Amino acid sequence: MKLSRQEVLHIARLARLGLSEEEVNRLSRQLSDILAHFEVLQQVDTEGVPPTTQAISLKNVMKYDEPAPSLEPGQVLANAPRRQGDLFRVKGVLD
Amino acid sequence: MTGNGRLTIREAQRLLETRQLSSVELTKDCLERIRQVEPEVHAFVTVSDELALKQAKEADDLLAAGNGQPLTGIPVAVKDNMCTRGVRTTCSSKMLENFIPPYNATVVEKLKAAGAVMVGKANMDEFAMGSSTENSAFFTTANPWDKNRVPGGSSGGAAAAVAAGECVFGLGSDTGGSIRQPASFCSVTGLKPTYGRVSRYGLIAFASSLDQIGPLTRDATDCALVMDAISGYDSNDSTSSPLPLPNLSACLSGDIKGLRLGVPKEYFVQGMQPEVAAAVKEAIGKLEELGAEIDWEVSLPSTSYALAVYYIIAPSEASANLARYDGVKYGFSYTDTDSMWQAMEKTRELGFGAEVKRRIMLGTYALSAGYYDAWYVKAQKVRTLIGREFDQAFNKYDALLTPTSPTVPFKIGERMDDPFQMYLSDVCTLPINIAGVPAVSIPAGFSGGLPVGLQIIGKPYDEATILKIADAYQQATDWHKKRPKI
Repeated sequence: MKLSRQEVLHIARLARLGLSEEEVNRLSRQLSDILAHFEVLQQVDTEGVPPTTQAISLKNVMKYDEPAPSLEPGQVLANAPRRQGDLFRVKGVLD
Repeated sequence: MTGNGRLTIREAQRLLETRQLSSVELTKDCLERIRQVEPEVHAFVTVSDELALKQAKEADDLLAAGNGQPLTGIPVAVKDNMCTRGVRTTCSSKMLENFIPPYNATVVEKLKAAGAVMVGKANMDEFAMGSSTENSAFFTTANPWDKNRVPGGSSGGAAAAVAAGECVFGLGSDTGGSIRQPASFCSVTGLKPTYGRVSRYGLIAFASSLDQIGPLTRDATDCALVMDAISGYDSNDSTSSPLPLPNLSACLSGDIKGLRLGVPKEYFVQGMQPEVAAAVKEAIGKLEELGAEIDWEVSLPSTSYALAVYYIIAPSEASANLARYDGVKYGFSYTDTDSMWQAMEKTRELGFGAEVKRRIMLGTYALSAGYYDAWYVKAQKVRTLIGREFDQAFNKYDALLTPTSPTVPFKIGERMDDPFQMYLSDVCTLPINIAGVPAVSIPAGFSGGLPVGLQIIGKPYDEATILKIADAYQQATDWHKKRPKI
Protein backbone atom coordinates (compact mmCIF):
# COMPACT_ATOMS: atom_id res chain seq x y z
CA MET A 1 0.00 0.00 0.00
CA LYS A 2 1.68 3.18 -1.14
CA LEU A 3 0.00 6.54 -0.91
CA SER A 4 1.23 8.84 -3.64
CA ARG A 5 1.75 12.54 -3.28
CA GLN A 6 -1.26 13.07 -5.56
CA GLU A 7 -3.46 10.93 -3.32
CA VAL A 8 -2.28 12.76 -0.20
CA LEU A 9 -3.18 16.09 -1.82
CA HIS A 10 -6.57 14.72 -2.89
CA ILE A 11 -7.40 13.53 0.65
CA ALA A 12 -6.19 16.81 2.15
CA ARG A 13 -8.50 18.62 -0.23
CA LEU A 14 -11.46 16.43 0.84
CA ALA A 15 -10.64 17.23 4.49
CA ARG A 16 -10.12 20.94 3.73
CA LEU A 17 -6.77 20.60 5.41
CA GLY A 18 -3.87 22.73 4.28
CA LEU A 19 -0.48 21.00 4.36
CA SER A 20 3.05 22.27 3.93
CA GLU A 21 5.29 20.65 1.33
CA GLU A 22 7.17 18.86 4.09
CA GLU A 23 3.93 17.55 5.60
CA VAL A 24 2.78 16.18 2.27
CA ASN A 25 5.99 14.17 1.95
CA ARG A 26 5.96 13.00 5.55
CA LEU A 27 2.29 11.98 5.46
CA SER A 28 2.74 10.13 2.20
CA ARG A 29 5.40 7.99 3.90
CA GLN A 30 3.70 7.64 7.31
CA LEU A 31 0.21 6.86 6.03
CA SER A 32 1.65 4.25 3.68
CA ASP A 33 3.47 2.62 6.62
CA ILE A 34 0.42 2.67 8.86
CA LEU A 35 -1.92 1.29 6.20
CA ALA A 36 0.56 -1.50 5.44
CA HIS A 37 0.15 -2.68 9.05
CA PHE A 38 -3.62 -2.61 8.66
CA GLU A 39 -3.74 -4.85 5.61
CA VAL A 40 -4.12 -7.81 8.00
CA LEU A 41 -7.81 -6.95 8.06
CA GLN A 42 -8.16 -8.11 4.49
CA GLN A 43 -7.36 -11.67 5.67
CA VAL A 44 -10.35 -11.79 8.01
CA ASP A 45 -13.37 -13.70 6.73
CA THR A 46 -16.32 -11.36 7.24
CA GLU A 47 -18.74 -13.11 4.88
CA GLY A 48 -22.25 -12.53 6.24
CA VAL A 49 -21.00 -10.46 9.22
CA PRO A 50 -22.93 -7.21 9.71
CA PRO A 51 -20.97 -4.02 10.45
CA THR A 52 -21.11 -2.55 13.96
CA THR A 53 -21.58 1.20 14.09
CA GLN A 54 -21.88 1.34 17.85
CA ALA A 55 -21.06 -1.51 20.22
CA ILE A 56 -23.83 -1.04 22.74
CA SER A 57 -26.55 0.31 20.57
CA LEU A 58 -29.86 1.76 21.50
CA LYS A 59 -32.64 1.79 18.93
CA ASN A 60 -35.06 4.57 18.09
CA VAL A 61 -34.13 6.94 20.86
CA MET A 62 -36.96 9.42 21.30
CA LYS A 63 -37.57 12.38 23.51
CA TYR A 64 -40.40 14.82 23.99
CA ASP A 65 -40.15 17.94 21.90
CA GLU A 66 -40.42 20.36 24.79
CA PRO A 67 -39.33 23.97 24.52
CA ALA A 68 -36.47 24.84 26.85
CA PRO A 69 -34.29 27.91 27.21
CA SER A 70 -31.31 28.04 24.86
CA LEU A 71 -28.21 30.20 24.80
CA GLU A 72 -28.59 33.92 24.09
CA PRO A 73 -27.17 35.14 20.76
CA GLY A 74 -24.48 37.03 22.68
CA GLN A 75 -23.30 33.79 24.32
CA VAL A 76 -23.36 31.87 21.06
CA LEU A 77 -21.30 34.55 19.33
CA ALA A 78 -18.94 35.23 22.24
CA ASN A 79 -16.20 33.02 20.75
CA ALA A 80 -16.72 34.09 17.13
CA PRO A 81 -13.48 35.20 15.47
CA ARG A 82 -15.46 37.81 13.49
CA ARG A 83 -19.02 38.92 13.93
CA GLN A 84 -21.34 41.57 12.66
CA GLY A 85 -24.25 42.22 14.98
CA ASP A 86 -25.78 38.85 15.73
CA LEU A 87 -24.15 37.16 12.74
CA PHE A 88 -20.92 35.25 12.09
CA ARG A 89 -18.88 37.13 9.52
CA VAL A 90 -17.14 35.06 6.81
CA LYS A 91 -15.30 35.73 3.59
CA GLY A 92 -17.38 35.63 0.42
CA VAL A 93 -18.36 32.08 -0.56
CA LEU A 94 -18.91 32.96 -4.21
CA ASP A 95 -16.47 34.89 -6.34
CA MET B 1 1.04 21.25 55.29
CA THR B 2 0.21 20.25 51.74
CA GLY B 3 -0.22 16.51 52.16
CA ASN B 4 -4.01 16.68 52.30
CA GLY B 5 -4.22 16.51 48.52
CA ARG B 6 -2.94 12.94 48.91
CA LEU B 7 -5.94 11.82 50.91
CA THR B 8 -8.49 9.51 49.34
CA ILE B 9 -11.98 10.91 48.82
CA ARG B 10 -13.22 8.77 51.67
CA GLU B 11 -10.51 9.96 54.06
CA ALA B 12 -11.04 13.60 53.10
CA GLN B 13 -14.79 13.21 53.39
CA ARG B 14 -14.46 11.89 56.97
CA LEU B 15 -12.26 14.85 57.97
CA LEU B 16 -14.67 17.29 56.31
CA GLU B 17 -17.73 15.80 57.93
CA THR B 18 -16.20 15.83 61.40
CA ARG B 19 -15.03 19.41 60.78
CA GLN B 20 -11.38 18.50 61.41
CA LEU B 21 -10.66 19.98 58.00
CA SER B 22 -12.56 22.54 55.94
CA SER B 23 -12.92 22.40 52.18
CA VAL B 24 -11.21 25.80 51.97
CA GLU B 25 -8.19 24.40 53.84
CA LEU B 26 -8.12 21.27 51.71
CA THR B 27 -8.45 23.31 48.51
CA LYS B 28 -5.69 25.74 49.59
CA ASP B 29 -3.48 22.72 50.30
CA CYS B 30 -4.03 21.42 46.77
CA LEU B 31 -3.42 24.86 45.23
CA GLU B 32 -0.20 25.19 47.25
CA ARG B 33 0.87 21.72 46.14
CA ILE B 34 0.12 22.74 42.54
CA ARG B 35 2.39 25.79 42.95
CA GLN B 36 5.11 23.53 44.36
CA VAL B 37 5.16 20.74 41.81
CA GLU B 38 3.75 22.23 38.59
CA PRO B 39 7.14 23.59 37.45
CA GLU B 40 8.17 19.92 37.18
CA VAL B 41 4.93 18.04 36.48
CA HIS B 42 3.02 20.39 34.11
CA ALA B 43 -0.26 18.58 34.69
CA PHE B 44 -2.53 21.62 34.28
CA VAL B 45 -3.33 23.81 31.30
CA THR B 46 -5.40 26.10 33.53
CA VAL B 47 -5.48 26.36 37.33
CA SER B 48 -8.85 27.76 38.45
CA ASP B 49 -7.84 29.14 41.89
CA GLU B 50 -10.61 31.68 42.24
CA LEU B 51 -13.40 29.38 41.19
CA ALA B 52 -12.01 26.62 43.42
CA LEU B 53 -11.94 28.81 46.51
CA LYS B 54 -15.47 30.04 45.80
CA GLN B 55 -16.72 26.47 45.37
CA ALA B 56 -14.85 25.41 48.54
CA LYS B 57 -16.59 28.12 50.58
CA GLU B 58 -19.96 26.99 49.23
CA ALA B 59 -19.07 23.39 50.05
CA ASP B 60 -18.18 24.36 53.62
CA ASP B 61 -21.61 25.98 53.95
CA LEU B 62 -23.30 22.82 52.72
CA LEU B 63 -21.23 20.67 55.09
CA ALA B 64 -21.98 22.98 58.03
CA ALA B 65 -25.70 22.65 57.29
CA GLY B 66 -25.35 18.85 57.22
CA ASN B 67 -26.12 18.73 53.49
CA GLY B 68 -22.85 17.23 52.29
CA GLN B 69 -22.67 14.45 49.71
CA PRO B 70 -19.69 12.13 49.16
CA LEU B 71 -17.89 14.57 46.82
CA THR B 72 -18.80 17.79 48.63
CA GLY B 73 -15.71 19.93 49.16
CA ILE B 74 -13.36 17.50 47.36
CA PRO B 75 -10.83 19.00 44.86
CA VAL B 76 -10.93 17.56 41.34
CA ALA B 77 -8.91 18.05 38.13
CA VAL B 78 -10.98 17.90 34.94
CA LYS B 79 -9.41 16.91 31.64
CA ASP B 80 -9.37 19.91 29.33
CA ASN B 81 -11.78 18.39 26.79
CA MET B 82 -14.84 18.78 29.02
CA CYS B 83 -16.65 22.09 28.66
CA THR B 84 -16.58 24.33 31.73
CA ARG B 85 -18.70 27.47 31.58
CA GLY B 86 -16.49 30.55 31.82
CA VAL B 87 -13.29 28.48 32.18
CA ARG B 88 -11.08 28.13 29.11
CA THR B 89 -11.36 24.66 27.54
CA THR B 90 -8.54 24.04 25.08
CA CYS B 91 -8.36 20.31 24.28
CA SER B 92 -4.62 21.11 24.49
CA SER B 93 -4.95 22.46 20.96
CA LYS B 94 -3.95 25.74 19.40
CA MET B 95 -7.34 25.50 17.68
CA LEU B 96 -9.16 26.05 21.00
CA GLU B 97 -6.45 27.92 22.90
CA ASN B 98 -8.82 30.80 23.75
CA PHE B 99 -12.15 28.96 23.72
CA ILE B 100 -14.42 29.78 26.67
CA PRO B 101 -17.47 27.49 26.66
CA PRO B 102 -20.87 29.08 27.22
CA TYR B 103 -22.15 25.94 28.98
CA ASN B 104 -21.03 23.09 31.26
CA ALA B 105 -20.65 19.47 30.20
CA THR B 106 -23.19 17.27 31.98
CA VAL B 107 -20.43 15.68 34.10
CA VAL B 108 -19.27 19.14 35.17
CA GLU B 109 -22.85 20.03 36.16
CA LYS B 110 -23.05 16.78 38.11
CA LEU B 111 -19.78 17.45 39.92
CA LYS B 112 -21.06 20.92 40.73
CA ALA B 113 -24.36 19.54 42.03
CA ALA B 114 -22.37 17.10 44.20
CA GLY B 115 -20.41 20.02 45.65
CA ALA B 116 -16.99 19.08 44.21
CA VAL B 117 -14.31 21.77 43.88
CA MET B 118 -12.62 22.15 40.47
CA VAL B 119 -8.96 23.16 40.90
CA GLY B 120 -8.13 23.17 37.21
CA LYS B 121 -8.19 21.80 33.69
CA ALA B 122 -5.72 19.02 33.01
CA ASN B 123 -3.30 18.67 30.10
CA MET B 124 -3.85 15.99 27.46
CA ASP B 125 -2.82 14.92 24.01
CA GLU B 126 -4.37 17.32 21.50
CA PHE B 127 -8.04 16.35 20.97
CA ALA B 128 -7.31 13.21 23.06
CA MET B 129 -5.23 11.72 20.26
CA GLY B 130 -2.15 10.15 21.76
CA SER B 131 -0.71 8.01 24.52
CA SER B 132 1.79 10.31 26.24
CA THR B 133 0.58 13.98 26.38
CA GLU B 134 3.45 14.73 24.00
CA ASN B 135 0.85 15.74 21.41
CA SER B 136 -0.33 18.62 23.62
CA ALA B 137 0.13 21.88 21.71
CA PHE B 138 1.38 23.51 24.94
CA PHE B 139 3.72 21.19 26.88
CA THR B 140 4.34 17.60 27.88
CA THR B 141 3.28 16.44 31.33
CA ALA B 142 5.96 14.56 33.29
CA ASN B 143 5.37 11.27 35.05
CA PRO B 144 5.55 11.97 38.82
CA TRP B 145 7.40 8.65 39.27
CA ASP B 146 10.17 9.68 36.85
CA LYS B 147 10.08 13.11 35.29
CA ASN B 148 11.99 11.95 32.22
CA ARG B 149 9.14 9.64 31.33
CA VAL B 150 5.63 10.19 30.00
CA PRO B 151 2.55 9.96 32.24
CA GLY B 152 0.65 8.13 29.52
CA GLY B 153 -2.21 9.65 27.61
CA SER B 154 -4.31 11.06 26.53
CA SER B 155 -5.61 11.83 30.07
CA GLY B 156 -1.99 12.11 31.29
CA GLY B 157 -2.45 15.47 33.01
CA ALA B 158 -5.34 14.28 35.19
CA ALA B 159 -3.55 11.02 36.08
CA ALA B 160 -0.31 12.83 36.95
CA ALA B 161 -2.20 15.43 39.03
CA VAL B 162 -3.78 12.65 41.10
CA ALA B 163 -0.47 10.80 41.48
CA ALA B 164 1.37 13.98 42.51
CA GLY B 165 -1.27 14.95 45.09
CA GLU B 166 -2.37 18.11 43.27
CA CYS B 167 -6.01 17.08 43.62
CA VAL B 168 -7.93 14.25 45.26
CA PHE B 169 -9.37 12.82 42.05
CA GLY B 170 -9.58 13.47 38.34
CA LEU B 171 -11.95 13.06 35.43
CA GLY B 172 -10.60 11.72 32.17
CA SER B 173 -11.98 10.45 28.89
CA ASP B 174 -11.13 7.14 27.24
CA THR B 175 -11.49 6.40 23.52
CA GLY B 176 -8.88 3.64 23.21
CA GLY B 177 -7.25 3.54 26.64
CA SER B 178 -6.88 7.22 27.49
CA ILE B 179 -7.96 6.76 31.14
CA ARG B 180 -6.55 3.28 31.80
CA GLN B 181 -3.10 3.58 30.22
CA PRO B 182 -2.21 6.80 32.13
CA ALA B 183 -3.72 5.25 35.28
CA SER B 184 -1.32 2.35 34.78
CA PHE B 185 1.66 4.64 34.05
CA CYS B 186 0.99 6.88 37.08
CA SER B 187 -0.07 4.08 39.48
CA VAL B 188 -3.61 5.28 40.09
CA THR B 189 -7.02 3.63 39.61
CA GLY B 190 -8.79 4.51 36.35
CA LEU B 191 -12.16 3.29 35.08
CA LYS B 192 -13.60 3.39 31.60
CA PRO B 193 -17.30 2.76 32.16
CA THR B 194 -19.59 0.94 29.74
CA TYR B 195 -20.27 3.01 26.61
CA GLY B 196 -23.28 5.17 27.46
CA ARG B 197 -22.96 4.98 31.26
CA VAL B 198 -21.75 8.57 31.58
CA SER B 199 -23.16 11.38 29.46
CA ARG B 200 -20.85 12.71 26.75
CA TYR B 201 -22.76 15.99 26.45
CA GLY B 202 -20.14 18.74 26.55
CA LEU B 203 -17.23 16.35 26.03
CA ILE B 204 -15.42 17.65 22.95
CA ALA B 205 -15.95 14.82 20.48
CA PHE B 206 -13.10 12.66 19.18
CA ALA B 207 -14.62 9.30 18.12
CA SER B 208 -18.25 9.28 19.13
CA SER B 209 -18.86 5.52 19.09
CA LEU B 210 -15.87 4.95 21.41
CA ASP B 211 -15.55 8.00 23.70
CA GLN B 212 -16.47 7.59 27.35
CA ILE B 213 -15.80 9.72 30.46
CA GLY B 214 -14.58 8.14 33.69
CA PRO B 215 -12.77 8.66 37.01
CA LEU B 216 -9.06 8.66 37.92
CA THR B 217 -8.75 8.02 41.66
CA ARG B 218 -6.48 6.63 44.39
CA ASP B 219 -8.49 3.43 44.85
CA ALA B 220 -11.56 1.46 43.78
CA THR B 221 -13.71 2.83 46.62
CA ASP B 222 -13.13 6.38 45.39
CA CYS B 223 -13.80 5.25 41.85
CA ALA B 224 -17.22 3.95 42.92
CA LEU B 225 -18.00 7.20 44.74
CA VAL B 226 -17.23 9.27 41.63
CA MET B 227 -19.23 6.94 39.38
CA ASP B 228 -22.22 7.19 41.71
CA ALA B 229 -22.08 10.97 41.23
CA ILE B 230 -21.42 11.30 37.47
CA SER B 231 -23.24 8.47 35.71
CA GLY B 232 -26.81 8.15 34.52
CA TYR B 233 -29.15 8.92 31.67
CA ASP B 234 -29.00 12.37 30.10
CA SER B 235 -31.58 13.54 27.58
CA ASN B 236 -28.84 15.71 26.04
CA ASP B 237 -26.88 12.59 24.99
CA SER B 238 -29.02 10.23 22.93
CA THR B 239 -26.39 7.49 23.37
CA SER B 240 -26.52 7.62 27.16
CA SER B 241 -28.01 4.53 28.74
CA PRO B 242 -31.46 4.57 30.33
CA LEU B 243 -30.52 1.53 32.48
CA PRO B 244 -30.39 2.33 36.17
CA LEU B 245 -26.94 2.21 37.76
CA PRO B 246 -26.71 0.28 41.02
CA ASN B 247 -25.11 2.13 43.92
CA LEU B 248 -21.55 1.03 43.19
CA SER B 249 -20.17 1.98 46.59
CA ALA B 250 -22.57 -0.52 48.15
CA CYS B 251 -21.30 -3.30 45.83
CA LEU B 252 -17.74 -3.38 47.17
CA SER B 253 -18.15 -6.31 49.54
CA GLY B 254 -14.52 -7.44 49.36
CA ASP B 255 -15.76 -10.97 48.67
CA ILE B 256 -14.68 -12.43 45.32
CA LYS B 257 -14.90 -16.12 46.26
CA GLY B 258 -16.12 -18.25 43.41
CA LEU B 259 -15.96 -15.49 40.77
CA ARG B 260 -14.88 -16.96 37.44
CA LEU B 261 -12.08 -14.90 35.92
CA GLY B 262 -10.49 -15.50 32.53
CA VAL B 263 -7.02 -14.54 31.31
CA PRO B 264 -7.00 -14.10 27.51
CA LYS B 265 -3.59 -15.21 26.32
CA GLU B 266 -3.55 -12.89 23.29
CA TYR B 267 -3.08 -9.91 25.64
CA PHE B 268 0.38 -11.11 26.61
CA VAL B 269 1.57 -9.77 23.29
CA GLN B 270 4.87 -9.98 21.55
CA GLY B 271 7.02 -7.07 22.65
CA MET B 272 5.57 -7.06 26.15
CA GLN B 273 8.18 -6.44 28.81
CA PRO B 274 8.67 -9.70 30.73
CA GLU B 275 8.67 -7.86 34.09
CA VAL B 276 5.26 -6.40 33.25
CA ALA B 277 3.87 -9.83 32.36
CA ALA B 278 5.34 -11.25 35.58
CA ALA B 279 3.85 -8.52 37.80
CA VAL B 280 0.43 -8.92 36.18
CA LYS B 281 0.53 -12.70 36.59
CA GLU B 282 1.48 -12.29 40.22
CA ALA B 283 -1.50 -9.95 40.73
CA ILE B 284 -3.78 -12.51 39.11
CA GLY B 285 -2.31 -15.14 41.47
CA LYS B 286 -3.31 -12.88 44.35
CA LEU B 287 -6.91 -12.86 43.13
CA GLU B 288 -6.77 -16.66 43.02
CA GLU B 289 -5.58 -16.68 46.65
CA LEU B 290 -8.54 -14.49 47.49
CA GLY B 291 -10.87 -17.19 46.23
CA ALA B 292 -11.50 -16.37 42.56
CA GLU B 293 -11.38 -19.21 40.03
CA ILE B 294 -8.84 -18.37 37.34
CA ASP B 295 -8.79 -19.82 33.83
CA TRP B 296 -5.37 -19.01 32.36
CA GLU B 297 -6.14 -20.43 28.93
CA VAL B 298 -8.82 -18.17 27.49
CA SER B 299 -8.51 -17.25 23.83
CA LEU B 300 -9.95 -14.21 22.05
CA PRO B 301 -8.45 -14.85 18.60
CA SER B 302 -9.59 -11.60 16.94
CA THR B 303 -7.61 -9.52 19.44
CA SER B 304 -4.74 -9.13 16.97
CA TYR B 305 -7.05 -7.23 14.60
CA ALA B 306 -8.18 -4.71 17.20
CA LEU B 307 -5.35 -2.24 16.56
CA ALA B 308 -6.18 -2.00 12.86
CA VAL B 309 -9.93 -1.82 13.51
CA TYR B 310 -9.43 0.94 16.04
CA TYR B 311 -7.07 3.03 13.95
CA ILE B 312 -9.49 2.96 11.04
CA ILE B 313 -12.72 3.58 12.95
CA ALA B 314 -11.44 6.20 15.44
CA PRO B 315 -9.76 8.42 12.80
CA SER B 316 -12.79 8.07 10.51
CA GLU B 317 -15.10 9.35 13.22
CA ALA B 318 -12.53 12.00 14.18
CA SER B 319 -12.26 13.28 10.62
CA ALA B 320 -16.02 13.91 10.65
CA ASN B 321 -16.11 15.35 14.19
CA LEU B 322 -13.23 17.73 13.54
CA ALA B 323 -14.79 19.11 10.37
CA ARG B 324 -16.47 21.69 12.64
CA TYR B 325 -13.18 23.56 13.18
CA ASP B 326 -13.51 25.95 10.27
CA GLY B 327 -12.41 29.23 11.85
CA VAL B 328 -15.92 30.67 11.60
CA LYS B 329 -17.89 29.94 14.76
CA TYR B 330 -15.17 29.72 17.41
CA GLY B 331 -11.53 28.83 17.79
CA PHE B 332 -8.40 29.75 15.89
CA SER B 333 -9.02 31.56 12.63
CA TYR B 334 -6.64 32.53 9.86
CA THR B 335 -8.06 35.17 7.56
CA ASP B 336 -5.19 36.59 5.56
CA THR B 337 -6.26 34.86 2.34
CA ASP B 338 -8.30 35.70 -0.75
CA SER B 339 -11.11 33.17 -0.39
CA MET B 340 -13.19 31.43 2.24
CA TRP B 341 -11.87 28.00 1.25
CA GLN B 342 -8.26 29.11 1.52
CA ALA B 343 -9.00 30.62 4.92
CA MET B 344 -10.52 27.36 6.10
CA GLU B 345 -7.61 25.24 4.85
CA LYS B 346 -5.03 27.59 6.35
CA THR B 347 -6.92 27.74 9.66
CA ARG B 348 -6.80 23.95 9.90
CA GLU B 349 -3.19 23.76 8.72
CA LEU B 350 -2.01 26.14 11.44
CA GLY B 351 -4.52 25.22 14.15
CA PHE B 352 -4.02 21.44 14.27
CA GLY B 353 -0.88 19.58 15.35
CA ALA B 354 0.86 16.71 13.53
CA GLU B 355 -1.01 13.77 15.11
CA VAL B 356 -4.43 15.37 14.63
CA LYS B 357 -3.65 16.01 10.97
CA ARG B 358 -2.41 12.44 10.57
CA ARG B 359 -5.68 11.08 11.93
CA ILE B 360 -7.86 13.43 9.91
CA MET B 361 -5.99 12.25 6.81
CA LEU B 362 -6.22 8.57 7.77
CA GLY B 363 -9.94 8.86 8.51
CA THR B 364 -10.74 10.88 5.42
CA TYR B 365 -8.91 8.31 3.34
CA ALA B 366 -10.79 5.37 4.92
CA LEU B 367 -14.11 7.12 4.28
CA SER B 368 -13.34 8.30 0.75
CA ALA B 369 -14.92 6.96 -2.43
CA GLY B 370 -13.24 3.75 -3.55
CA TYR B 371 -11.82 2.92 -0.11
CA TYR B 372 -14.92 3.11 2.09
CA ASP B 373 -15.88 -0.57 1.75
CA ALA B 374 -12.36 -1.95 1.79
CA TRP B 375 -11.30 -0.08 4.93
CA TYR B 376 -14.12 1.49 6.92
CA VAL B 377 -16.88 -1.08 6.42
CA LYS B 378 -14.37 -3.93 6.69
CA ALA B 379 -13.19 -2.54 10.04
CA GLN B 380 -16.80 -2.27 11.24
CA LYS B 381 -17.39 -5.92 10.36
CA VAL B 382 -14.29 -7.07 12.21
CA ARG B 383 -15.53 -4.91 15.08
CA THR B 384 -18.60 -7.16 15.18
CA LEU B 385 -16.36 -10.25 15.44
CA ILE B 386 -14.35 -8.74 18.30
CA GLY B 387 -17.58 -7.87 20.13
CA ARG B 388 -18.93 -11.41 19.67
CA GLU B 389 -15.81 -12.92 21.21
CA PHE B 390 -16.30 -10.77 24.30
CA ASP B 391 -19.97 -11.83 24.46
CA GLN B 392 -18.97 -15.49 24.31
CA ALA B 393 -16.26 -15.07 26.93
CA PHE B 394 -18.71 -13.37 29.26
CA ASN B 395 -21.05 -16.37 29.03
CA LYS B 396 -18.33 -18.24 30.88
CA TYR B 397 -16.48 -15.63 32.94
CA ASP B 398 -17.53 -12.86 35.29
CA ALA B 399 -14.55 -10.74 34.24
CA LEU B 400 -11.33 -10.90 32.20
CA LEU B 401 -7.83 -9.99 33.42
CA THR B 402 -5.01 -8.54 31.30
CA PRO B 403 -2.09 -6.13 31.54
CA THR B 404 -3.18 -2.52 30.96
CA SER B 405 -0.06 -1.63 28.96
CA PRO B 406 2.61 -3.89 27.47
CA THR B 407 5.33 -1.68 28.97
CA VAL B 408 6.14 0.57 31.90
CA PRO B 409 6.13 4.33 31.13
CA PHE B 410 8.47 5.10 28.25
CA LYS B 411 10.87 8.02 27.98
CA ILE B 412 9.73 11.39 26.72
CA GLY B 413 10.58 11.63 23.02
CA GLU B 414 11.21 7.92 22.59
CA ARG B 415 8.22 7.16 20.37
CA MET B 416 7.52 10.49 18.71
CA ASP B 417 9.24 9.65 15.43
CA ASP B 418 7.26 6.50 14.81
CA PRO B 419 3.48 6.90 15.04
CA PHE B 420 2.89 3.17 14.79
CA GLN B 421 5.07 2.46 17.85
CA MET B 422 3.00 4.99 19.76
CA TYR B 423 -0.24 3.30 18.62
CA LEU B 424 1.07 -0.04 19.97
CA SER B 425 1.07 1.28 23.52
CA ASP B 426 -2.76 1.01 23.50
CA VAL B 427 -2.84 -2.54 22.20
CA CYS B 428 -4.29 -3.99 25.43
CA THR B 429 -6.84 -1.25 26.05
CA LEU B 430 -8.44 -0.46 22.71
CA PRO B 431 -10.29 -3.77 22.17
CA ILE B 432 -12.39 -2.79 25.19
CA ASN B 433 -13.62 0.42 23.56
CA ILE B 434 -14.31 -1.49 20.35
CA ALA B 435 -16.59 -3.82 22.35
CA GLY B 436 -18.03 -0.98 24.47
CA VAL B 437 -17.56 -2.90 27.73
CA PRO B 438 -16.23 -1.45 31.02
CA ALA B 439 -12.67 -1.92 32.30
CA VAL B 440 -10.62 -0.62 35.20
CA SER B 441 -6.84 -0.34 35.57
CA ILE B 442 -5.38 -0.72 39.05
CA PRO B 443 -1.81 -0.50 40.38
CA ALA B 444 -0.29 -4.00 40.38
CA GLY B 445 3.33 -3.42 41.31
CA PHE B 446 6.49 -1.89 39.91
CA SER B 447 9.27 -2.84 37.54
CA GLY B 448 12.51 -0.94 38.07
CA GLY B 449 10.63 1.61 40.17
CA LEU B 450 8.05 2.23 37.43
CA PRO B 451 4.35 1.37 37.75
CA VAL B 452 2.60 -1.65 36.25
CA GLY B 453 -1.19 -1.85 35.87
CA LEU B 454 -3.67 -4.73 35.90
CA GLN B 455 -6.72 -4.33 33.66
CA ILE B 456 -10.01 -5.90 34.78
CA ILE B 457 -12.62 -6.08 32.01
CA GLY B 458 -16.32 -6.54 32.77
CA LYS B 459 -19.62 -7.39 31.14
CA PRO B 460 -21.62 -4.51 29.68
CA TYR B 461 -23.09 -2.42 32.53
CA ASP B 462 -21.34 -4.53 35.16
CA GLU B 463 -18.98 -1.95 36.62
CA ALA B 464 -19.99 -3.36 40.01
CA THR B 465 -18.15 -6.67 39.55
CA ILE B 466 -14.89 -5.21 38.22
CA LEU B 467 -14.77 -2.59 40.98
CA LYS B 468 -15.50 -5.32 43.54
CA ILE B 469 -12.51 -7.29 42.23
CA ALA B 470 -10.34 -4.16 42.21
CA ASP B 471 -11.37 -3.34 45.76
CA ALA B 472 -10.74 -6.89 47.03
CA TYR B 473 -7.25 -6.75 45.50
CA GLN B 474 -6.57 -3.36 47.10
CA GLN B 475 -7.72 -4.58 50.50
CA ALA B 476 -5.12 -7.35 50.24
CA THR B 477 -2.23 -5.32 48.75
CA ASP B 478 -0.49 -1.96 49.20
CA TRP B 479 0.56 -1.03 45.65
CA HIS B 480 -2.15 1.63 45.39
CA LYS B 481 -0.89 3.27 48.59
CA LYS B 482 2.63 3.90 47.26
CA ARG B 483 3.23 7.54 46.39
CA PRO B 484 5.90 9.03 44.13
CA LYS B 485 8.67 10.95 45.93
CA ILE B 486 8.01 14.20 44.10
